[in-house]
Amino acid sequence: MSTLAQNKNILDVAAVRKDFPILATQVHGKPLVYLDNAATAQKPRAVIDALTHFYETSNANIHRGVHALSEAATAQYEAVREQVREFIHAASPREIIFTRNATEALNLVAQSYGRAHLQPGDEILVSTMEHHSNLVPWQLIAAERGATVRAIPVHASGALDLSQLDTLLTKKTRIVAITMLSNVMGSITPIRELAARAHSVGAVLVVDAAQGVVHLPINVEQIGCDFLAFSSHKLYGPTGVGVLYGREKLLEAMPPFLGGGEMIDHVEITHSTWAQLPHKFEAGTPNIADVIAFGAALSYLQNIGMEKIRAYETSLTHYAVQQLSRIDGLTIYGPGLEDLRDAVIAFNLGGLHPHDVSQALDFDGIAIRAGHHCCQPLMRALGVVATNRASLAFYNTAAEIDFLVAALKKTKQFFGSAR
Amino acid sequence: MNDLNELYREVILDHYQYPRHKGTCTAPCVISEGKNPLCGDELTLYLTLDGETISDVTWNGHGCSICMASASMLAESVHGISIAAAKEKLQAVVDMMHGKGIPAELDLGDLPVLEGVKQFPVRIKCALLAWTTLQEGLNQHGNEQRNDTH
Repeated sequence: MSTLAQNKNILDVAAVRKDFPILATQVHGKPLVYLDNAATAQKPRAVIDALTHFYETSNANIHRGVHALSEAATAQYEAVREQVREFIHAASPREIIFTRNATEALNLVAQSYGRAHLQPGDEILVSTMEHHSNLVPWQLIAAERGATVRAIPVHASGALDLSQLDTLLTKKTRIVAITMLSNVMGSITPIRELAARAHSVGAVLVVDAAQGVVHLPINVEQIGCDFLAFSSHKLYGPTGVGVLYGREKLLEAMPPFLGGGEMIDHVEITHSTWAQLPHKFEAGTPNIADVIAFGAALSYLQNIGMEKIRAYETSLTHYAVQQLSRIDGLTIYGPGLEDLRDAVIAFNLGGLHPHDVSQALDFDGIAIRAGHHCCQPLMRALGVVATNRASLAFYNTAAEIDFLVAALKKTKQFFGSAR
Repeated sequence: MNDLNELYREVILDHYQYPRHKGTCTAPCVISEGKNPLCGDELTLYLTLDGETISDVTWNGHGCSICMASASMLAESVHGISIAAAKEKLQAVVDMMHGKGIPAELDLGDLPVLEGVKQFPVRIKCALLAWTTLQEGLNQHGNEQRNDTH
């Protein structure tokens, strides 16, 4: 109960919950308990309204029309680029590129930077716990360029096993691509240290911040990373918007990723020249309305205060891990109660298959994720085929955690002591 | 459907907790393997054939309760029947899961309890894994026989 009281002092959750219309939904006749935030977060009214407002008042294509609506749309779109720059403390808005999602941002780096810099025999270093989106793009470009993908192993605690870094990180390594926060175990990686280590062998560091940006403060200058990717939809913004941060000098030297309108300067039949950054990497009409609504998401979060949000999430995560670990037969994968960790919790319940567990919870209105979480190599390393995953947001409550715990106990009883 | 008991009928739980015909086969038999990469379910089916009759069936693997119960029910229902009759049951189960009607005269035993699964699109694959694996085994057997006659 002390946790409940403590949480209340950090953040007025009851007030916050009113900002998210979907949280009033019923599922199978029960109040929705949404604990699948690492897959996608729910959207506050401010974001939903921003989308409608844009289409009702300012809809036009950007960067081309010489008319009032186009100018208004362009100004709003570019204002969000500046907001994002400030949010991750980049040096210049030219370093902020809008993509469809974090996956596309990572593919951009692989296809543009990777193709230009990788030679046969070169190596790309990832980790065993990468999401497929920070693994498969590297496999594709490695196969094309004759390079090899290697992986830093992961301890059962969810921490990177850095004891082998000296052997894995060599003069052959051109790219180090690592997650900031595991989307399965909630473990946090030492990316500042990795940036320094990568640079010491002349490699660049690409950070997958899809989860990290939600839960950790990001200052790309302090981290010292060369590229960093995340998406809007996990940060309470709309789907269809991703962000790539890239160091300006690197982006300047890189060839375009996609060709088309907007990314050009001068076009002949046989050749073209490219637009300035960041437009060089934004071919075609971008997702204008959703980028603008993403700006509303960032404003909403900053109005509450990211530090407040993080403090609350840390406290709630601690409570969740504590309560879950008291369930007989429940195994939590990754960091323990006293380790550094964030609001993503992977677990299995006895020998029950995660699909059965999440199906049973669904009947109680509880949404969690079950499966391999786009991390098949990690599942193999953990020696499981799949896990359950509960991921928390600042609109979740201790009462919801209690409800989850009760539902898990009921599920265990229902399926008996099978397998 | 909003009740756990309607999806996980007692018969399903019983097959899950006490799987029938689970094990391997050391004698010569047709071995087929099925996988559902999305949830990591894996199944191996061993068919012992005596002419046109399935004289023995065993299976092994791991997966969710629906998948395991379906495999157990499959083994029970095709054990000792002809290949033709097994194919008829297979088609009926596939049709049932896709919402098509099944012939009233066909005796499917416990199998109709699986019908509730069709309301959960992601779980249909779980229920059908054993059956697609049976199809694979029977195809294999058919091909072998065709090759033998050439």
